[in-house]
Amino acid sequence: MKTIAAIEAFADRYDLAIVGAGPAGLAAASLAVAHGVDVVVLDENASPGGQIYRAVTSTPMTRREILGEDYWRGVELVQEFSGSASSYAPSTTVWNVARGLDGDSLGRDFEIGVSLRGKARLLRAKEVILATGAQERPFPIPGWTLPGVMTAGAAQIALKSSGLVPDGHLVLAGTGPLLYLVAAQLIEAGASIRALLDTTPRANWMSALTATPGFLASPYLAKGLALLRMVHRRLDVVGGITALRAEGQKRLNRVAFERAGRRTELDCDLLLLHQGIVPSINLSNAIGCAHDWDDVQLAFRPQVDAWFASTVQGVAIAGDSAGIAGGESAAARGRIAALGAAFRLERIGAGQRDRDAAPLRAELALLARGRRFLDVFHRPAKAFRVPSDDATLVCRCEEVSAKTIRETVMLGACGPNQMKAFTRCGMGPCQGRLCGLTVTEMITDARAVSPAEVGYYRLRPPVKPVTLAEIAALPQTADAEKAVAR
Amino acid sequence: MFRRLPEATGAPIPFTFDGREMVGRRGDTVAAALLAAGISVCRTMAVSGAPRGPYCMMGVCFDCLVTIDGAANRQGCLVLLVEGMRIKTQAGAPQAQAEEGAT
Amino acid sequence: MSDVRLETDIAVIGGGLVGAAIAYGLAREGRAVRVLDEGDVALRASRANFALVWVQSKGLGMPEYAAWTRASAAAWPALAAALREDTGIDVGLSQPGGFTLALSEAEMQRRMEMTRLLHNQPDMVKYDYEILDHAQTSKRLPAIGRDVVGSIYCPLDGHVNSLRLFRCLHQAIKRYGVGYHPNCAVETITPIAQGFALEGSFGELRAGKLVLAAGLDNARLAPMVDLEAPVVPSKGQIIVTEKVAPFLTYPMHTLRQTDEGGVMIGDSQEDHGFDTAVTTAVISVMAQRAVRMFPLLAKLNVVRTWSALRVMSPDGFPIYAQSRIHPGAFLATCHSGVTLAANHALTLAPAIARGGLPRGTSSFTSERFHVPTLA
Ligand SMILES: Cc1cc2nc3c(=O)[nH]c(=O)nc-3n(C[C@H](O)[C@H](O)[C@H](O)COP(=O)(O)OP(=O)(O)OC[C@H]3O[C@@H](n4cnc5c(N)ncnc54)[C@H](O)[C@@H]3O)c2cc1C
Ligand code: FES
Repeated sequence: MKTIAAIEAFADRYDLAIVGAGPAGLAAASLAVAHGVDVVVLDENASPGGQIYRAVTSTPMTRREILGEDYWRGVELVQEFSGSASSYAPSTTVWNVARGLDGDSLGRDFEIGVSLRGKARLLRAKEVILATGAQERPFPIPGWTLPGVMTAGAAQIALKSSGLVPDGHLVLAGTGPLLYLVAAQLIEAGASIRALLDTTPRANWMSALTATPGFLASPYLAKGLALLRMVHRRLDVVGGITALRAEGQKRLNRVAFERAGRRTELDCDLLLLHQGIVPSINLSNAIGCAHDWDDVQLAFRPQVDAWFASTVQGVAIAGDSAGIAGGESAAARGRIAALGAAFRLERIGAGQRDRDAAPLRAELALLARGRRFLDVFHRPAKAFRVPSDDATLVCRCEEVSAKTIRETVMLGACGPNQMKAFTRCGMGPCQGRLCGLTVTEMITDARAVSPAEVGYYRLRPPVKPVTLAEIAALPQTADAEKAVAR
Repeated sequence: MFRRLPEATGAPIPFTFDGREMVGRRGDTVAAALLAAGISVCRTMAVSGAPRGPYCMMGVCFDCLVTIDGAANRQGCLVLLVEGMRIKTQAGAPQAQAEEGAT
Repeated sequence: MSDVRLETDIAVIGGGLVGAAIAYGLAREGRAVRVLDEGDVALRASRANFALVWVQSKGLGMPEYAAWTRASAAAWPALAAALREDTGIDVGLSQPGGFTLALSEAEMQRRMEMTRLLHNQPDMVKYDYEILDHAQTSKRLPAIGRDVVGSIYCPLDGHVNSLRLFRCLHQAIKRYGVGYHPNCAVETITPIAQGFALEGSFGELRAGKLVLAAGLDNARLAPMVDLEAPVVPSKGQIIVTEKVAPFLTYPMHTLRQTDEGGVMIGDSQEDHGFDTAVTTAVISVMAQRAVRMFPLLAKLNVVRTWSALRVMSPDGFPIYAQSRIHPGAFLATCHSGVTLAANHALTLAPAIARGGLPRGTSSFTSERFHVPTLA
C-alpha cells in the first residue's frame, strides 16, 4: 500500500478510484489490485476501517472483549489492504465525482474532486466504486440539537478511536441492532447506563415473525439474542416508548418520555440516540445515479445490477451505500464490484469474473438470511420519523422547524426541492444528510402519496465543503473563461 | 461527559481551546479531544445563536464546527489533533478574513 | 385535481417568479386565478437566480427595455411593501446601488464602451451612473483586491432575497385565494368559445383568459394560441459559500452577500441546450475571479453550486404579447424575473386584467423577430 500524504503525491490518472476505506472499499481495492488494476482509495478518515472497523489498527483499546470479535475481524481486512499495491489517501475528502470530457471509446472518464490538507485537485479515473457506507438515520425529536445529545454511533466512534466512555447520567434511546451493540460495548467498557429507552413499535414483533420465518436459520439470531440477553441483564430496558424529548436550556439536562400514556423524566447528561442506519447517497445522487425507495428500510438506495454497477456507466456502488446489509456483506459486495470493474477494465475475462464471484454470491446469500427480519423488526416508528411536535427542528443546519415544513406543504411545495427553495431546509453545510429523509417523509405524509413519488433533494457538488481558494486553483479552460468574463 | 479508559495511553498532545490549555492523546480527533476535556459546546448557530456540540462524530452533521489555527468552520470530528493547535469556539458566522499580504 | 373539470377567470401557466408575480397582481385586481405548475423537479429558473434588481447594463439595443427595467426597479419598494402587508414577510429588498467590477483594463474598456453605447441610444431613459477607478472604488468597497482596476456604479441597482420572494409570492397568492396546482403540467391548450381549455394528466381546466408564464416551455405552448416564444436555454452556474458576518452591503454584478450571510458568486452564461451539469472549469474561473475581487473570500467554504437555465429570447429581451387570433391569451417571458417582478405584479397584471398590455410595451411582442428584410 502506498500512502498518499500530500496532494502533489497523487498520480493524474488511475484505472479505478474507490471512495471509502470501510470493508467494502478495502476488500474491493485488495482484489482489484490483485488483478493488476491501478487503484486509489480515498477516505476522509485518518485511518482505514470505515465505521464498523473504525481505527481498528490504531485504537487504544486493548481488552478485546469490549468491542467484541466482530470488530477485530477488521484487522485482517486492513492488513490485506496494507500489503497490497493499492494507493491509499487518508484524510482526503471527495467533494465531487463527475463525468470527464476525454473518455475512452466507452466514454469512461471520471473527474474526481479531492481535497487534502486544504488543497484541492482533480484526479481522473476510468472506473469509480462508491463505498461511502451508511450514516445513522435522522432522529428528529424535540431537543435533539442540544449539546449533550449525540448518536449511539458517535459514542462508539469515541470509544473505538480514543478510548472514551460516557461519564455521568447516560441514557440510550431508539431502536436497531446497533443500539444494543453500542449499549453492550459501553457496559463492557464500564459506563453506567441509567436506562435504554426502546422505541421499537410493539407491532413490529408480529410483522417481523410472520414476514420472515427464515430468521430461525439466520446467523444473526444467536448473536442478536446473546446481545439482547446481556443488555437486558445488565441494565434497565424500558420498552414501548411512544414519545421522547430532550430538555435543557443551553445543554441537555433531562430526557422525558412517554410510555402507555404516562410521562416520565430522567436527569441526564448524555443522551445517545439511534434508530438504524441508512445508505449515504450524497455522492451517488450528485452524480445522477437512479435511486429507489426501499419501503422496508425506509430509505433511498441506488439502483445497482448484479455487479453493483449503478445506472451511470462506470460507477459501481458497493457496501452499505448500496443498501444496508452489514459489514461482512459489505466486504463481499466490494469484492464482487471489484470483479465487475476488473472485467470492464479488461483485466479478467467473463469466465474468471463469474467463477470468482460464485463463492462470494453464496456468502452474500447466507448473510442475507434473516436480514429482512432485522429490517422489519427494527423499522422505526413513524412518530420518530415524522415529528408531530411543531417546534422540533427538522433541518439542524438552517434551523427549520416541523411547523414550517408542514405549512409549506400546504403552500403547494410538493417535493423536497421546492421545499428547499421555500424554506432553506437542506441548504446548510450537511447538505440534507440530517433532514432529507425527514422532509421526504413529512411531505409524503401530508400529501398521502408514496416517498418514491415525492423523491429526494437533487444534490450538486461539492458534496463536502471545499474552500473558494481551492476551487479557484483548479484547471480552467478558455471556454470556461469566456463563459464567465463577459 | 466522557472519561478516558486507563488503557488509552497514547502520547499526550497539548492544545488550546479558547485560550485554555488542554491535553489530548495521539489518535484523537479535535472533537474527541474536546469531549475528553469536558467541552460539550463548540459552536453557536449563525441565526439563532443556539449552542451546539458534536452529534455524529463521523462528518455528517457539521455540529462539531470549530476554528482551528485561524481557519473557520472546520469539522472537528474529521481533523486529527496536532500538538499546539489553537482551537476556538465557532461563534456564529465567521468573519471573512483576508490572508496576509493578499490585498 | 384529477380528471375534474375546473373553471376560472384566468389561468396562469407556470408558477415560477414570473407566473407567481403575475398571479399576485391579477389576484390583487380581484380576479379568480389558478396557477398550473410542474412538479418538484422542473427547469425552474426561479429557484436558481442571482436575486439582483439590476438596472445598469440593461437595454443596449432596446431602449424600451432600459425604461421598463428602470421603472420596475423604481416600483420595487411598492411591491415589497405590498408583499409585507399581505404576508408579513420582509423580502429583504435593498437598493443601495450596485457595482460592476473590472479585473483588467480591457474589461474596463469593454464595460465603459457598452455603457456609453447604452446611454447614447436615441430615446434612452436618463439615469445616473459613475465610472470609478481603483482608488475611488475602494473608498466605497474597502475589501476589494488590488486586481480590481475600476468599476461602474449605478445608484439604482439593488437586490432582494429571491428565495424568500418566491415563497412570499406563493404565500400571498394563497392568501388571495389563488389556486396553486403543482404536478399539473399543461400538455395542450385549445381555444374554445368562451376562452381556453387546458389539458394535461390532471384533467381539464377552462379559463376565460390565459397567461403563458411557463419559462422555456412557452416555446412549445405559445403556438397553440397563435403566439410565438422562440426562447432557448442559457446555462448559468452559481456558487454559494457558507454564511459569514456581513461585510458587503452593495451588490455586484456577479457577487453579492445575501441577508442571511452566504456569498453568492455568479454567473456563467453558456449555451449547452438543456444540460444542467455543474462543470468545475467554469466554477473555478468564477471562484478565482471572486477571490481576486475580494481576497477575504479565499478561505470561505463553498457549500453549494448549481446551474440553472435562463430563459433567453433571440435578442435577450422579454416578450410580452397578446394573441391577435385568440384574444385573451397572453405571453410573458423574460430572464430577469426578479428585477421585473414589480412591473409584472403592479403594471402588467392589471393591464391583463383589463384585457390588454400596458402602455409602452408594444415593442416587446414577438413580431420584432420578423423584421422584413429589405429587397
Ligand atoms: C456510526 C456507525 C457505527 C457503526 N458501527 C457498527 C458496528 O459496531 N458493528 C457493525 O456490525 N456495524 C456497524 N455499523 C454498520 C456498518 O457501518 C456497516 O455495515 C459497514 O461499515 C459498511 O461498510 P462499508 O464499507 O459499506 O462502509 P463504511 O464502513 O461506512 O465506510 C465508508 C467510508 O467512506 C468514507 N467516505 C464517505 N464519504 C466520503 C467522501 N465524500 N470522501 C471521502 N471519504 C468518504 C467514510 O469516511 C468511511 O470511512 C455502524 C454504522 C455507523 C453509521
Ligand atoms: S460531529 Fe457530526 S460532523 Fe463532526
